[in-house]
Amino acid sequence: MLRFLIEKEFKQIIRHPFIPKLIFVFPCMVMLVFPWAATFEIRDVNLSIVDSDRSTYSTRLAQKIVSSGYFRLTDVSSTYPEALQSIENHISDLVLTIGQGFERDLVREGSAKLMIAANSVNGTKSGMGSSYLSAIIRDFADDLRSEQGQMQGAEAVPVIHIAPQYRFNPHLDYKVYMAPALMVILLTLLCGFLPALSIVSEKEAGTIEQMNVTPVSKFRFILAKLIPCWLIGFVALSLSFGLAALIYHLFPAGSLLTIYCFASIFVLVVSGFGLVVSNYSATMQQAMFVMMFFLILFILMSGLFTPVRSMPAWAQTITAINPLRYFIEMMRMVYLKGSALADMGFQMIALAVFAVFFNLWAVFSYKKTN
Amino acid sequence: MMFLSFVKKEFLHIFRDPRTMLITLGMPVAQIILFGFAITTEVKNVRMAVFDPSHDISTQRIISRMQASEYFDMTQVLHTADDINSAFNKGKAELVAVFSDRFDENLLRAGKASVQLIADATDPNQAAMLTAYASNIIADYRQELLREHRIPFLIEPEIQMLYNPQMKSAYNFVPGVMGLILTLICAMMTSIAIVREKEVGTMEALLVSPLRPVWIILAKVAPYFTLSIVNIISILLLSVFVLDVPVSGSMFWLAVVALMFIIVALLLGIVISSVATTQVTAMLASGMLLMMPVLLLSGMIFPIENMPVILQWISNIIPARWFITAVRKVMIEGLGVSYVAKELAILAGMAVFLIAVSVKTFKIRLS
Amino acid sequence: MKKAIEVENLTKRFGSFTAVNAISFDVAQGEIFGFLGANGAGKTTAMRMLCGLSRPTSGKGAVAGFDMIRQPEEIKRHIGYMSQRFSLYEDLAVWENIRLFAGIYGVPEKEIAPRTDGMLARIGFESGRNTRVKELPLGWKQKLSFAVAIFHEPKIVFLDEPTGGVDPLTRRRFWEMIYDAADRGISVFVTTHYMDEAEYCNRVSIMVDGRIDALDTPKNLKQQFGVRSMDEVFHRLARENALTSNAN
Repeated sequence: MLRFLIEKEFKQIIRHPFIPKLIFVFPCMVMLVFPWAATFEIRDVNLSIVDSDRSTYSTRLAQKIVSSGYFRLTDVSSTYPEALQSIENHISDLVLTIGQGFERDLVREGSAKLMIAANSVNGTKSGMGSSYLSAIIRDFADDLRSEQGQMQGAEAVPVIHIAPQYRFNPHLDYKVYMAPALMVILLTLLCGFLPALSIVSEKEAGTIEQMNVTPVSKFRFILAKLIPCWLIGFVALSLSFGLAALIYHLFPAGSLLTIYCFASIFVLVVSGFGLVVSNYSATMQQAMFVMMFFLILFILMSGLFTPVRSMPAWAQTITAINPLRYFIEMMRMVYLKGSALADMGFQMIALAVFAVFFNLWAVFSYKKTN
Repeated sequence: MMFLSFVKKEFLHIFRDPRTMLITLGMPVAQIILFGFAITTEVKNVRMAVFDPSHDISTQRIISRMQASEYFDMTQVLHTADDINSAFNKGKAELVAVFSDRFDENLLRAGKASVQLIADATDPNQAAMLTAYASNIIADYRQELLREHRIPFLIEPEIQMLYNPQMKSAYNFVPGVMGLILTLICAMMTSIAIVREKEVGTMEALLVSPLRPVWIILAKVAPYFTLSIVNIISILLLSVFVLDVPVSGSMFWLAVVALMFIIVALLLGIVISSVATTQVTAMLASGMLLMMPVLLLSGMIFPIENMPVILQWISNIIPARWFITAVRKVMIEGLGVSYVAKELAILAGMAVFLIAVSVKTFKIRLS
Repeated sequence: MKKAIEVENLTKRFGSFTAVNAISFDVAQGEIFGFLGANGAGKTTAMRMLCGLSRPTSGKGAVAGFDMIRQPEEIKRHIGYMSQRFSLYEDLAVWENIRLFAGIYGVPEKEIAPRTDGMLARIGFESGRNTRVKELPLGWKQKLSFAVAIFHEPKIVFLDEPTGGVDPLTRRRFWEMIYDAADRGISVFVTTHYMDEAEYCNRVSIMVDGRIDALDTPKNLKQQFGVRSMDEVFHRLARENALTSNAN
């Protein structure tokens, strides 16, 4: 009996004017476009310099900053209000003001002040930008000191050498970080929306009534909706593995089998959730809207864009009931750190619990009789 | 009069569906709260471990400074070099600071000491920020030593954060949430509602009524227009009273920008509905062609200037991009209307273009 | 002889509205039972209860020998149903729809293909075997729905306004199919508001405002009301009802 139902689901999916295209186009779009867009990587911090000093030192400092390669000099203004204009027009992110008497103060008093103003609407950029700018300025001071030291043979200046080392992603490639997580989003959207729409569309078409009057059990009916989603998930996931390897030369440090193992449970979670929503909706608009609401919240709270650990305690507690969080964690661990199944027992159990919960709910909320 | 009764019918249709209403009105509230309080690109409470074989006054002072900073939570003190690997592999620490031997002595006598900052770069952004912040703390300590020892050539940068002194991410996200919600309600819901009529077959009945097609479409659109206005107001109220993000510019121009965008989004919904034949297609198309680009390419979450040039071009045709930029300027930076003239002009251009397209597609369908 | 349907005081309420008000009747095996009434009289609600799509508020009954309250899923095994709104899968071909429902009702797979061919030949539709259902004209859609509903040889088939919106010739053909099924021993429970169709039934019941106001053979009913057609019977009943409700 189940076989006939599954056969029917597949025929319907294959004949749909849009869904088969979606199964191939969507993974391509997610893997080709999104990793480039979904990046907090900070490039080209735009800098305005206000040089009221116009001295040798101030010119040298400006040159050093530009040659660091980290900043893009947009303009050198003579007054601060002028530079502020370029921040307001979003031309620059930072303004470095070198006040009058910078060189004189340094030489005579031994110290001088500089002002960095950052447009903090983009907090990350302003924070990182001002950190790097300060580091370059300190470097510049060291340069001056060593020149002077060579001439005068002054006492040793304490220097702390800081050597950063980046584990698991030595080139700080944001795409390596995002691509595995984006695969999760792909699976969520594809395997969440398709079943959510599938029962409601049968309700709208009236075919569900013909089904309800047959002896098909609820369990079989739900299973017949799940299995195609499951396979679609596998196709889409495999496709994205291939694309990630091809385009980004990204291969999981751990085993693909581990990922498939997790994915097979995860697809059941999102599909089960979609079916629950579908059961409670009368129209597709309703189903879609409820799905949108929950999926956007799930995605925002999953740690995809922003680290879960930066959230306040209450929000971190909420993420405990977010299946996406576990799967994204797992994907990144396998892809980047090479973790094995044994390292992720907790995530595995959490996902399995979600899968059982949503699918049981889907079976019980499907009403053959009302 | 007939038009009004149509509009009334459409309103009743939506208001009789309390679940959709609840979600429509609840969505902005939930998102604003999450974005305002839960989601932040800032790096906070990062678990840090130290490997400190010297254990002297300098290392202690640096470590206690790090502990005092809001960025780091000191989780453990490591005793062997092997501990470092296991801390990373078990995910117990995101940053390990490894101090060199006889740190203080070397620093003061020989003038040279070193710290290695090992970061878990799974999240490259976090890793870069962590090392930058940690380096800053170490450099500050050194700056203090230099001051104590009266060493010349001390340059002290003073950092001032403009517009957003607390560096709250909320400032960044409020315009984005508006863009997302309006796209969802205006474009997606409208397109699905109209396609549904086509699918069920009631559109034919409406089209043979004496009311002109334009008015039928307007009647369908009216409730979503109203919902959008309600949502804009609720987002603004939430952002002012809950997030403390004030409207620093002119309310009037903010309203103009919002209205302009609502019109463009509604038109988009109408165009999609005239192309799509089934609800599923309308839904998936607007989901993929509207929602994902708005989330990713509009600058709502990810800065546009980071993207490759091709994507920057693509982002130019996303209406939400211009809306979000304009709202940032008017609402948050308090700039005058002359600064958003470009954005307004682009949105108006898009509106004209979409009107032309929808009139054309409508005619084709009628003939 | 065993009854195909036996119902006693069957009632369905939606809030304060009583859609079906304590109806009692029975249908014999192999009988064509007409279920008449104006739109909104409660025909479809009553039928949905008999098919196990809707749970009765009160009353009891048995369909195909199974209890309506306790064994709705058993009932579903032994009935066929054709809803008022066309509800086969439009994106599947004719044979695919037949195969799906035959499979669901447990027709052995080896038998499905030959029986499909036999059935299509009987209704003269061999050429439509591979056509997508959405491309069929309404008349064929209805014949196909009926053929699918009796493909698994149920004890009873429920037809909800099966001939709405088609021309008289197609309706005649459709009734030939109904007679054919009844001859094979399938009880037919059919709702309609075409009074000429009522003449084709063995017995008819007429529902007004959730109650069964008349139940007998068409011949007896016409005699009882002293009229010549079922149409007039119906109008009489409707008028009486209007008078009593005005008197109240």
